[in-house]
Amino acid sequence: MNFGVIVFPGSNCEQDCYYVLESVLKQRIEYVWHEETSLKGYDCIILPGGFSYGDYLRSGAIARFSPVMRAVADFAEKGGYVIGICNGFQILLEAGLLPGAMLRNTGLKFICRFVHIRVETTSTPWSNAAYHHQVLRIPIAHNEGNYQVPEDVLFEMKQRGQIVFRYCSPEGSVLPEYNPNGSVENIAGICNREGNILGMMPHPERASEGILGSSDGLYIWKSILSHCGADVAI
Amino acid sequence: MPELYKELGLKREEYEEIVRLLGREPNNVELGMYSVMWSEHCSYKSSKVELRKLPTKGPGIILGPGENAGVVDIGDGIAVVFKMESHNHPSAVEPFQGAATGVGGIVRDIFTMGARPIACLDPLRFGSLKEPRTRYLFEGVVAGIASYGNCIGVPTVGGDLYFEEAYQENPLVNVMCVGIMPKERLIRARASVPGSIGVLIGSSTGRDGIGGVSVLASQEFDERSTEKRPSVQVADPFTEKLEIEACLEMLEKNLLLGLQDLGGAGLTCATCETADRGGCGMDVEISKVPLREPDMEPVEIMMSESQERMFAICSPENLDEVLSICRRWGLNAVPVAEVTEGDTLRVLKDGEVVAEVPASSLAKGPEYNRPAKRPRYLDDVNTFDFSTLALPSDLGQVLVALISSPNICSRRWVFEQYDHMVQVNTVAYPGSDAAILRVKGSKKGLALSCDCNGRYCYLDPYVGTQIALAESARNVACSGAKPVAITNCLNFGSPEKPEIFWQFKEAVRGLADGCEILGTPVVGGNVSFYNESFGEAIYPTPIVGMLGVLEDIDERIPSCFTREGDLIALIGVTKNELGGSEYLKVIHDVVAGPPPEIDWDSEKALIDFLRLAAKSRVISSAHDLSEGGLGIALAEACVSGGIGASVEIDHHLPLHVYLFSESQGRALVSFNPEKRKDLEDIADRSGVLFTLIGKTGGTHLKVAQAFSILVDELSELYYTSLEKMLHGDL
Repeated sequence: MNFGVIVFPGSNCEQDCYYVLESVLKQRIEYVWHEETSLKGYDCIILPGGFSYGDYLRSGAIARFSPVMRAVADFAEKGGYVIGICNGFQILLEAGLLPGAMLRNTGLKFICRFVHIRVETTSTPWSNAAYHHQVLRIPIAHNEGNYQVPEDVLFEMKQRGQIVFRYCSPEGSVLPEYNPNGSVENIAGICNREGNILGMMPHPERASEGILGSSDGLYIWKSILSHCGADVAI
Repeated sequence: MPELYKELGLKREEYEEIVRLLGREPNNVELGMYSVMWSEHCSYKSSKVELRKLPTKGPGIILGPGENAGVVDIGDGIAVVFKMESHNHPSAVEPFQGAATGVGGIVRDIFTMGARPIACLDPLRFGSLKEPRTRYLFEGVVAGIASYGNCIGVPTVGGDLYFEEAYQENPLVNVMCVGIMPKERLIRARASVPGSIGVLIGSSTGRDGIGGVSVLASQEFDERSTEKRPSVQVADPFTEKLEIEACLEMLEKNLLLGLQDLGGAGLTCATCETADRGGCGMDVEISKVPLREPDMEPVEIMMSESQERMFAICSPENLDEVLSICRRWGLNAVPVAEVTEGDTLRVLKDGEVVAEVPASSLAKGPEYNRPAKRPRYLDDVNTFDFSTLALPSDLGQVLVALISSPNICSRRWVFEQYDHMVQVNTVAYPGSDAAILRVKGSKKGLALSCDCNGRYCYLDPYVGTQIALAESARNVACSGAKPVAITNCLNFGSPEKPEIFWQFKEAVRGLADGCEILGTPVVGGNVSFYNESFGEAIYPTPIVGMLGVLEDIDERIPSCFTREGDLIALIGVTKNELGGSEYLKVIHDVVAGPPPEIDWDSEKALIDFLRLAAKSRVISSAHDLSEGGLGIALAEACVSGGIGASVEIDHHLPLHVYLFSESQGRALVSFNPEKRKDLEDIADRSGVLFTLIGKTGGTHLKVAQAFSILVDELSELYYTSLEKMLHGDL
């Protein structure tokens, strides 16, 4: 499968995504400069974490105007797969490719730690390798992960199975005390109506090797690989 | 003019020396340049003589002190670049920006050498948390470090943190940065080819930070300190992130002859130091420097400490490509200087010479032999009569008080604000004895630790400094790694006071002797003097940053108990040593010595034991004994592992001494009972005392005749105390 990981000025997880896809999952992956206008030849585009444009003004607010974002929209429109992780998720929201917006964490502090998330649906291209309500242990690292969306939109998203991950206890209970950032209904990851665009705050690329403390992030990579009929090397 | 030199922080003799060197009175641009380069911060004028006594060479050392950072060959074609620095005074005046720019400065030192920065560690010292000002400084510093490190994508993986009244007005904010690179990418900060071009890259130059190194970093604090806030610079981590990528790309393409960052003393320092190191002169045309305010005076341009600026030296042929890479990353880049033959640094404005001085005279600066005198307080603090202490009636309460105390409780509140995972190398997280990073593309791992107990150093600077070194070595050895080399940041009061200078000399002597014995050269470091407020100096605080190398990352050892039913042994000798301990401070409110003894034979034996045990894979965990002694080491191993333990102690020392003495050269290990024989053999061979004290398992930490406490209860206290104290709830 051909992956492209977009490099915005200030992205800082693009090399981590590259490493995992290339060295762990043995896939083809290339860096895509934010000024590119075409995404031809890629099957899946990753918008990585980091601080695009320093997160000055507001997370993702400047990056959405990068030339490549028009190409990302076209690519997704034609059914291409797009995953936004952390800052990448924030950019997808700012670009209007996913519904909702981010506020600062309720604790008003950056939080970096492992959390547990529950797989809410297995019928997306991003979660089919997991089982229903499987609990994944994956780290978060963000200052603005407090996901909010108007009630009526949220209702529709739930109806259509667009809520992909929720923060939960190690045993899988979705409770307020396991919500690290105040996001509505403990939401950690969502997809669009068609399911080809995923946004998530936790970093699957940081949990793709046992040596790093968890390989649960592999479920997300394996899902998209098997959805696209690619060989899964591990 | 005579009035001006004083305002700029120069002494009369120094001014006269400048006149002698130039054969004339300096103009105001030249005087400004000398004032920053001859500041204590830039010139090391008080410390140079002492620092020469440190061992700096050894197998694998590619580059010792003298450039931006030390470089160590770790094999497999990989070099590690690392250094520690202070940003104490800026952080005392403006904690968020002071700490943030401190991170920016040390990270630049690392990629300036050609390495990708892969980790930061932040040793911090504050006053009592009972003081609202401490909480303000502490929160601001942590947020500043987080904002900068997180944004540039360099994980902050460790550090240490102490609260002592001695740091009340003058906190310490030190930062260590570590980078790695293919050995051949090493680049020096020198201008050695006449005709080559100096390119100024990055942020435009403003009026911020003028005199940061002289009026701020090299003077004591008093009631007028807040007026110095304009001397603190403002951080722009986004630009630094772009510079990291642009500079590494230029080096990858072999486009540069030299690279230097602009930190303290700004453009003056970058130009004169590169010229001096390369044996050349330089012409600098300041009308080309991009400015934030058009009406800046030449002296302001030369002294500005605006952050996120780099100075790259390239051949005229490569200039276009250098400029185009910078453009691609959205960075300003302007050729501002030309390397010349000779030793003259000429500053021009629109072709007119505004300053002309020997580059070497700026870069080398003066050198002092300061008088030293043993301070009298040492007579008082080292004669404490321990027999006057009341025996604790409930050792469980002592353990609870210690594990909730500011210097021992978990630092989770701090390190969860730092991104400690980005770059996917962090294998052992903050809270472990040492941070462990894997090295991608190799079997190797790095173990990193920063240590210094300032209280010990106050009670005996020589021994205290050696303990800092020994602890850092023990921490990396407990992770299974070999201690290889150190950097340091020596934080002291005013060197102009003989009593302070004596502390400094003793600390350097202790470090030199220790490093010699341990075989860990000093490859770089920093001295921070004038850490005083209203005439009161901080505790002498020589912080050691240790680089340890694991030949095989799979040999690493965790510091917490990992399985039920393991046996627990104490390695090393416990002595009747409560001097300088947390027990004495927290339970009895006494700061008195002497600090624990240091015995290098047993330190080395312990390191050998831990490394052999790691290689033979016979232990499940190893945890260094430091503040709080055995009692706290047991509690931490239980809490971090979520496993209880049962311990019985059979020793001639009183139980409270055995539990809370801070004797050096000790570690707590746990192991599978089947490996007992192997481990005892290794202990015999290494020459360490091996004492079986118990086994892991259950829900309680039980020490016979002392206490039995639920691990969950200890855990709650350990993890929440810092935050409660910060909110004034404890």
